Amino acid sequence: MKILVCISHVPDTTSKINFTNNDSEFDTNGVQFVINPNDEFGLTRAIWFQEKQGATVTVVSVGGPETEPTLRKALAIGANDAIRVNATPTDGFFVAKQLTEIVKNGGYDLVIAGKESLDYNGGMVPGMIAALTNSNFINSCTEINIEGTNVKAVREIDGGKETVSTTLPLIIGGQKGLVEEKDLRIPNMRGIMTARSKPLTIVEPTDAPTNTKAVKFEKPAPKSAVRLVAADNLDELINLLHNEAKVI
Amino acid sequence: MSILIYAESAEGKFKKVAFELASYAKKIAESLGTTVTALAFNTTDASELSKYGVDKVLKVNDSKLANFTAKAYADVIQQAAKKENTKVVLLSSSTNSTYLASLVTVSLEAGYASNVVGLPLSTSPFQVKRNAFSNKAFNITEISTEVKVLGLAKNSFGIIESSSSLTEEDFTPTLSDNDFNIKIESTEKVSGKVSIADADIVVSGGRGLKGPENWGLIEDLATVLGAATACSKPVSDLGWRPHGEHVGQTGKPVAANLYIAIGISGAIQHIAGINSSKVKVVINTDPEAPFFKVADYGVVGDAFEVVPQLIEKLKAFKGQ
Repeated sequence: MKILVCISHVPDTTSKINFTNNDSEFDTNGVQFVINPNDEFGLTRAIWFQEKQGATVTVVSVGGPETEPTLRKALAIGANDAIRVNATPTDGFFVAKQLTEIVKNGGYDLVIAGKESLDYNGGMVPGMIAALTNSNFINSCTEINIEGTNVKAVREIDGGKETVSTTLPLIIGGQKGLVEEKDLRIPNMRGIMTARSKPLTIVEPTDAPTNTKAVKFEKPAPKSAVRLVAADNLDELINLLHNEAKVI
Repeated sequence: MSILIYAESAEGKFKKVAFELASYAKKIAESLGTTVTALAFNTTDASELSKYGVDKVLKVNDSKLANFTAKAYADVIQQAAKKENTKVVLLSSSTNSTYLASLVTVSLEAGYASNVVGLPLSTSPFQVKRNAFSNKAFNITEISTEVKVLGLAKNSFGIIESSSSLTEEDFTPTLSDNDFNIKIESTEKVSGKVSIADADIVVSGGRGLKGPENWGLIEDLATVLGAATACSKPVSDLGWRPHGEHVGQTGKPVAANLYIAIGISGAIQHIAGINSSKVKVVINTDPEAPFFKVADYGVVGDAFEVVPQLIEKLKAFKGQ
């Protein structure tokens, strides 16, 4: 089984978010970048398939040379090889178009992408790859098991979960649940050393229209100070929630 | 060219998000000088949509579509959009609608903006404000394609009544076997509880609760408020509560009208997940807890003393 894991290079979840150039660009100053957490769950599950069922795992990212440490980390975790599409991601469709080319040329049985990236939160890339390749697609996937070409998976639904079955080839939008957080891999020294010699192929981008663009960024307005209510005056809290905030 | 909304329903009844979407669509339709068409799957009575400004409903009745099947539903939406010559397709930000959005977008060669938090800032060029960076910021997105797909963030617009005279039309889409390649084997719904996705009020507990045996406090408060229960990441990592209740950047986002955090200090990732909630209340023993910096109302106190009193007082308040 050939697995492709799509990796987004995103600010660490503890990052403070700031903008520059008249609020038109994300300010990367002092920001640590990581593998998008939703992708990391997918990558770890892919490595499980590699170790238990003999799959090969390729990781791919769309981005400039600055994203290579993120891909090397994925290689250190255990991916067999990596591809970097040498382009600045402009919007979700652009990224999906680039990844679709890789999927079409690589003959992958399973494509795992995070259900959304934690920077732009578009949540559109896995579904767009599925639509562009006319493939089977499961979004918000929290469990996946494969035997031969038969797939059993669980996906999140609002207020519960649903078990589904399908066949390979398949694209999933993955998230926490694909593996437990405690099972996420931290690269060890041997993995880091081996990653240096694993192939990282650079591919030039294909043409894609710009359907959307980020014009400007804004930060939420500063909050007014919290209104503290004494622990022995909870009637006041109820009064505020009812009469002032009008939420109960 | 009307505006098309996917009016989500469950067991034949429209969900609240359908009414919020209709209210939102009506406002856009007014500014564009057009009408609102809703697409409804297997609903018997569509008349309720007329209260929220929907002019026409396309009714799809097909037993094959009794359960949500993303590819099939996306194909139906695409066909309805073509039939109505729609230039704007509106979806909610529910799990199912998010599943559909990218499929619909590609088939309509559209541009898509998800997590939209308000009416378009301009319709020419078409610009909308949306959540980004896990609710730590907003992004103004311009969509340049002829057809636009928007995913409206929950509770970001509200429900506004606006009566219309509704016409109903049966719509029979063309479906193929390929639409049903993902087969549903079973569904497990959390029964008897309000789900986080549908909740207007969410009561959430953290490590301050000291152990899973104390979760009754959270549940009792949620019951009296008709709220959903949730938890912080450490609580789900410790196995006190299921992962499905973990709210935060890598868990579920919460955009409730009221979010009550009990014994949660307020890590940056947790705050990001709940930032879209309108009113935040924090109950914590530590007055220096970061959550107090983003909360609207706060009580510095021990959850084991404050929450039981709050439950009793709320019961009395509700009983009035």
